[in-house]
Amino acid sequence: MKYFIFLFSLLLNIALVYVLGTRSVLPLPLGQFLSVQEGVWQNAESVDVDFNASLRFGELQGKVDVYLDDRLVPHVFAEQENDAYFVQGYLHAKFRLWQMEFQTHAAAGRVSEIVGEKAINYDRNQRRMGMVFAAENALAAMKQDPQTISAIDAYTAGVNAYISSLKASELPIEYKLLGYQPEKWTNLKSALFTKQMTQTLAGYDRDFEFTNALKLLGEENFRILYPSIPDSLYPVIAKGTVYSKPLAALNPPASADSLYFKRKDTIQFVEDFKPNPSNGSNSWAVAGTKTLSGKPILSNDPHLGLTLPSIWFEIQLKTPAFNAYGVSFPGLPGVVIGFNDSISFGFTNAGRDVKDYYEIQFRDKDKREYWFDSSWKTTTRRVEQIRIKNAKTLEDTVAYTVFGPVMYDNSFKTDLTAEKAYALKWVAHDTSNILKMWLLLNRATNYTDYLEAISHFNVPGQNMIFASKSGDIALWQQGSFPLRWNDQGLFVMPGTDSSYMWKGYIPHEENPHGFNPVEGYLSSANQRAADSSYPYFMPGSYEVYRPITINRKLASMNNITAQDMQSLQNNNYNVFAEDALPILLKYTLAEQLSADEKKYFSMVASWNMMNDASEKAPTCFTAWWDSLHAEIFNDDLVQDKMPITKPEKFVLLEALERDSSFKFIDNINTPIKEDLYQMVTVALKKASKKLATLEKENKLEWAKYKNTTVYHLLKTNAMAFARDGLMNGGGNGIINATQHDHGPSWRMVVEMTSPTNAYGVYPGGQSGNPGSKFYDNFIDQWTKGAYYKLWFMESAAIEGAKCKWKMSFASK
Amino acid sequence: MKFIVSAIITASLAYGLGLYFPWWTVVIAGMLTGFFIPQHWGLSFLSAFTGVFLLWGLMALFISISNDHILAKRISMLVVKNNSVYLIILITALIGGLTSGLSASTARSLLNLIKK
Repeated sequence: MKYFIFLFSLLLNIALVYVLGTRSVLPLPLGQFLSVQEGVWQNAESVDVDFNASLRFGELQGKVDVYLDDRLVPHVFAEQENDAYFVQGYLHAKFRLWQMEFQTHAAAGRVSEIVGEKAINYDRNQRRMGMVFAAENALAAMKQDPQTISAIDAYTAGVNAYISSLKASELPIEYKLLGYQPEKWTNLKSALFTKQMTQTLAGYDRDFEFTNALKLLGEENFRILYPSIPDSLYPVIAKGTVYSKPLAALNPPASADSLYFKRKDTIQFVEDFKPNPSNGSNSWAVAGTKTLSGKPILSNDPHLGLTLPSIWFEIQLKTPAFNAYGVSFPGLPGVVIGFNDSISFGFTNAGRDVKDYYEIQFRDKDKREYWFDSSWKTTTRRVEQIRIKNAKTLEDTVAYTVFGPVMYDNSFKTDLTAEKAYALKWVAHDTSNILKMWLLLNRATNYTDYLEAISHFNVPGQNMIFASKSGDIALWQQGSFPLRWNDQGLFVMPGTDSSYMWKGYIPHEENPHGFNPVEGYLSSANQRAADSSYPYFMPGSYEVYRPITINRKLASMNNITAQDMQSLQNNNYNVFAEDALPILLKYTLAEQLSADEKKYFSMVASWNMMNDASEKAPTCFTAWWDSLHAEIFNDDLVQDKMPITKPEKFVLLEALERDSSFKFIDNINTPIKEDLYQMVTVALKKASKKLATLEKENKLEWAKYKNTTVYHLLKTNAMAFARDGLMNGGGNGIINATQHDHGPSWRMVVEMTSPTNAYGVYPGGQSGNPGSKFYDNFIDQWTKGAYYKLWFMESAAIEGAKCKWKMSFASK
Repeated sequence: MKFIVSAIITASLAYGLGLYFPWWTVVIAGMLTGFFIPQHWGLSFLSAFTGVFLLWGLMALFISISNDHILAKRISMLVVKNNSVYLIILITALIGGLTSGLSASTARSLLNLIKK
């Protein structure tokens, strides 16, 4: 019996410790995870936390004092410029380490190392796209420039100084949750971060979908459904601008008609992990002639996936060379969107297509040779080692051609045959040092400095807004944009012939730009930068509606204040509805509607076209229009297995405005010929069913329907760390571009007065720790459309005492 | 009295070990007191359980109070899908208590074997 008791007790004890210490029984090792001295309780930061510290590091050249204000924004005062980057790296790591590493692991296709087999496909996609190859090329360019490499070296050393000081109990929660350890930061990781941004902003294309649509619809219908210039285009650079003649005549190859425009087959595989085409932004600058203060005001709100921890980290960097304030990317040195003593700067995405696919003809299944310019050329091979948690490392061999990596072949997309494959040509693979632009912008004092700074930038192409205290405003669409003949790269191109390659890049000086225009303002909101008179082919994915509202408002405003610009960033006017609503109302057959349908009809009819949070009409309108879009196009475009992209919403609206008997209205699957009356009415009937369900669930109010959510980076796996149910208005095509999980990731308004009058807010908090009160403390302010006054410290000696905490860094 | 002393010693050992070693060293704390402070089998369990239950429970409670329960709410949602601060503190305390209590009774039953 004694033996039995002992054995029983021992076994039970072993079993308990095993269960509580492993992930193979419960999803979490609860013993370790909840341990008070080792687990998550150690991440519960006191609400009276004390950040004061005095630290010494051998890597520092001089003294650095960091003043943390009540919102936990660090104001870094460094005696040496590179010391400022060291401390920025240290602070990024202190507050955002897990995010920095996770984002760069994601960029590099290394998520399987953390979460196991379920991420293999994602990782392969990243590797095959050449993300690591691109980052290595970027790093090579950074190394060529002493200023950049010394900044990035200092930054990396700062991140690692923090990582080295970290005890197991202090690891960010996500490491404890997922069960792994941080590795050392490297310069390559910073380069990978720039490529992750590039993928987000210049990684969207529709080459395969367009190739299929062209084959299915024929050229005439293709042009109707996928026009390159909307009727309602409000370009970045005003219509009627006169452009110089193109450098050279760009003509398609002689074989283009047979091999390109009339290719024989379609593409049957589906691309995964496409970036969100809503990634974009608003920005504008108004000149002193239009402002109350007589000084320019610059505004910018970049629209990105809304995440916790936030993509942005607010910081001020003061060095002997400059004093800059704004938001930075955890992962990169410098201020990315912000201002200094003399100028302010911001960005919106250019949306230009800088990514093409070429069809490769391999000699055989070995994929070592491909047919190009009448002979077999050898590929170079890059073997990607994909490490996988709890499984054997996977080796993925990627063939590189003259165009770039073969992203899709039969090893990745099993629908493909052994010989046929698609290589990716992407500006992101070019050798370039975009970090240099920010290092120079941070210290720029005038328009000339700004021009020099932006000349270093190639991708992702951006509209770069500028305003200075001396009274200048400017905007350049900057980047390397391929020189292409008309329609080149819209569709998959033959990879057997060098005549289909890009003919270089459009010279930077011919990029669309504006400087101190007579109108007194410049703006961009992801629309096509120029009208049809621009001499180069400029395909892309463009916004149509936000620019209309922005330009209309800016043109009519005078005596503008910073508060006016804040209200404009939060404007909920739905200019799309302005044109769409009359069509819906006019073509509804009222006598065919049930009581419910009539109710939704009248909600839309009496709507003021504001997508305000508590309005029900925007939900009804959106459901109705989406339903009409599907009714009209699904019969023509939905095909088994063949990926096709739906026409954009401006296409349908403009087509119906031009012609109420638009040829796609008819449902080709029915014997009768439907007209617009029938379609609009049926669309309302179908939408009403959905709306009735929503109404029962009390989700008809726009904000409840939209359910704006700031997800944790682990998405639905960590809803406890997310913020959902936010009561935000706005939406797609609206200046306040807040969608379900996407929207203004930083709102900033800077008035170039002395002293600078600046405001900002982002949906997150400075700390990445879900156990800190600084994790999500800006979100409510952001939801309300309110701002924080940004405290741009001129002098540490005078203003330092007003800060809550001080961290002193010194050399050893 | 022995019970209380044993509980306090277990908790102190567990705390000291926890400063430098992983969480499962509460097992060592339990075994040491179970072995060297002989009590009835059930009392051995209970005293080690009580010691570490209170150690973990009270530490978690104090940490959570100074944190305004920000993290406890999130962890509670994450682990038990329920916004209950005290439940997650109770679970924490139970894990520490059970692990150390079982260890103490295991050690006590080993002592029984050897002593015969």
